[in-house]
Amino acid sequence: MKVTFPHMGNAHIPIKTLLKGLQLEVIPPPPISKRTMELGVKYSPEFACLPLKVNMGNFIEAIEAGADTIVMAGGWGPCRFGYYAQVERDILENLNYDFRMVILEAPDSRLSELLKQVKSLGENVSLWEAWKAIRFAWYKLNAVETLEKQFEYYLPRAIDKDEIERIFDEGLENIDRTDRREEVNDYTNMCLKKMHEQPCHNQPILRIGLVGEIYTILEPATNYDVARYMGRLNAEVTRSIYMSEWVNDHLLGGWIKKSRHAEIINCASPYLNYWVGGHGRETVGYTVDFARKQYDGVVQIGPLTCMPEIVAQSVLEKVSKREKIPCMTMYFDEHSGQTGIYTRLEAFIDMLQRKSYLQSSVSQEKPIIAGI
Amino acid sequence: MHYYLGVDIGSVSSNFVLMDQYGIIREKVYLRTLGNPVKAIKEGFAQIKSRQGEQLDIQGVGTTGSGRHLADVLLGADVVKNEITAHAVAASALFPGVRTIIEIGGQDSKIIILKNGIVQDFAMNTVCAAGTGSFLDQQAARLSIAIEDFGDYAVRSRQGIRIAGRCGVFAESDMIHKQQMGYPAEDIIMGLCEALVRNYLNNVAKGKKIEEPIVFQGGVAANAGIKKAFEKVLNSQVQVPEPYEVMGAIGAAMLAQEEREQSQAPGNYRGDDFIMEGEFKSSSHECKGCPNLCEVVCIKRNQEILAYWGDRCKKWENSINRQDKLQVI
Repeated sequence: MKVTFPHMGNAHIPIKTLLKGLQLEVIPPPPISKRTMELGVKYSPEFACLPLKVNMGNFIEAIEAGADTIVMAGGWGPCRFGYYAQVERDILENLNYDFRMVILEAPDSRLSELLKQVKSLGENVSLWEAWKAIRFAWYKLNAVETLEKQFEYYLPRAIDKDEIERIFDEGLENIDRTDRREEVNDYTNMCLKKMHEQPCHNQPILRIGLVGEIYTILEPATNYDVARYMGRLNAEVTRSIYMSEWVNDHLLGGWIKKSRHAEIINCASPYLNYWVGGHGRETVGYTVDFARKQYDGVVQIGPLTCMPEIVAQSVLEKVSKREKIPCMTMYFDEHSGQTGIYTRLEAFIDMLQRKSYLQSSVSQEKPIIAGI
Repeated sequence: MHYYLGVDIGSVSSNFVLMDQYGIIREKVYLRTLGNPVKAIKEGFAQIKSRQGEQLDIQGVGTTGSGRHLADVLLGADVVKNEITAHAVAASALFPGVRTIIEIGGQDSKIIILKNGIVQDFAMNTVCAAGTGSFLDQQAARLSIAIEDFGDYAVRSRQGIRIAGRCGVFAESDMIHKQQMGYPAEDIIMGLCEALVRNYLNNVAKGKKIEEPIVFQGGVAANAGIKKAFEKVLNSQVQVPEPYEVMGAIGAAMLAQEEREQSQAPGNYRGDDFIMEGEFKSSSHECKGCPNLCEVVCIKRNQEILAYWGDRCKKWENSINRQDKLQVI
């Protein structure tokens, strides 16, 4: 059995570890490229959102590379994603590919169920081995995220942005390659040290919150890497979604680490009191949260036609006014006009920089309480 | 006398402005890009040179518009800025205290809200270009009216005809329908202007509070019919600056001056001969380094490679510009 799975940012690193731990042969799809997009767009319904199209491209390329089993996540609720695994299976079957599809449904708060699903995936693995696989994957996920967060911190501050990107990418590759826990530690620390040693400038740094739909946020190939682009313009980007938090909240029922999920949902009130599917309510909640933490602005991203994000977008206008935080929304679909996207982002960052420059020159006259 | 050059390379037009050290606009050139920005940049620069007739001491260059990076490579810019900032800077210099800027160009339309000269909020058209200059161009050509006279036709109308403004295709079929029914061309054109204004207010300016003073600029501001329609719908006065079509270039020139006066480093301007004498060529090839197969563009002057772009991994781009970029910071 040769297993594959869809790409989602750096999630392939822990997922690969998990499947390997279950004694499976893993064939991850090739990195998302123009060909992936072309294949996906060709074989997907036109009105489906971008994640489905990229998934399709991933699966076809992985099957070409020799995979025969696809692991895909299921789901439920108003977001169309819950149905994507089924649609994708249908399309692939119609294309006469020979494969098996395993759909992992989110157990929502029952850890034992997840363990059972994971175990049934593996061949002849004991419950203990399955547990060990989950633990190591979780460990790697956290290492990846530590690097991601530090990268988000150092990219806007570093003078040589290319070098920081290179160090970060190299760190991820090292973590991906190793099978030993101690080495994960070593590589993480080595990468952190290198980033820390890079010379920094002392120009003002903006803080931007990146909110929106999970796939678009986590997969840079679908959002033209807006996070890195903003980082290069000296803006520190904090995402609303990190993979570990999502796993913790939705798969492990908040069992492993302290979750801020309830707090964020509270923040969304009174603007949006209903769960509208996907991450619509989280988008609103995090925008309020970023505003209260004195962030300079919020960028909302999602795939074109994403219903939960459209609902959130219409609410954000009010949030933006009441909480006094500038917001900008961008939708992504398959197109190659980067200039338009970067022009809007540059203008947004420019606007915030001029605003904060003005505010800082005002506050110099009247010093406010220090230490905020 | 010192001069600053502002260049705005847009999808439809390429605009050049020569500003002196006191902020006075000495020359302005408005050209059609006609799908060849390299040629337009050379042509525009040549026109300014020939009109001034003397050796120009250009202290700084600012570029904006969707072709701003190309213009930077050809001229050597001190400031490469997005259109929003450039337009806002120019409008607040010409109209201190301006609160709303309506800018409609060839492919883009935007609204910029300012407060105390600082941009507070902005929006750009996202999906559809129905309300922009290209569409007006196309309709003028269909009615065989020169685009310069289009606005005068509209203003002559006493009663605009209702035209669907939701989408360019619908608007066109509506116009043809009305024309076959026998309505006069003036009324149809005024109806089109009103439809475009409705489209703009619903799509681009939605949810934004439009307050006076309002400035209307960009190539479409030449159309008196659109201005009249805006005044009617908004029920307020709309001002059109005299150099409405080159406001982006003016903003770029002003930003260049600001940058050069603050900076100690020598300017980036590559000199008159660089642009006038050189033979510029662009070529593209497919990079086979990874499955992305990026189409990498290469800009050459005579035999010297000036820039690469179009590669996602920046392998090509950085092979040329890396050292320069570090020095700039």
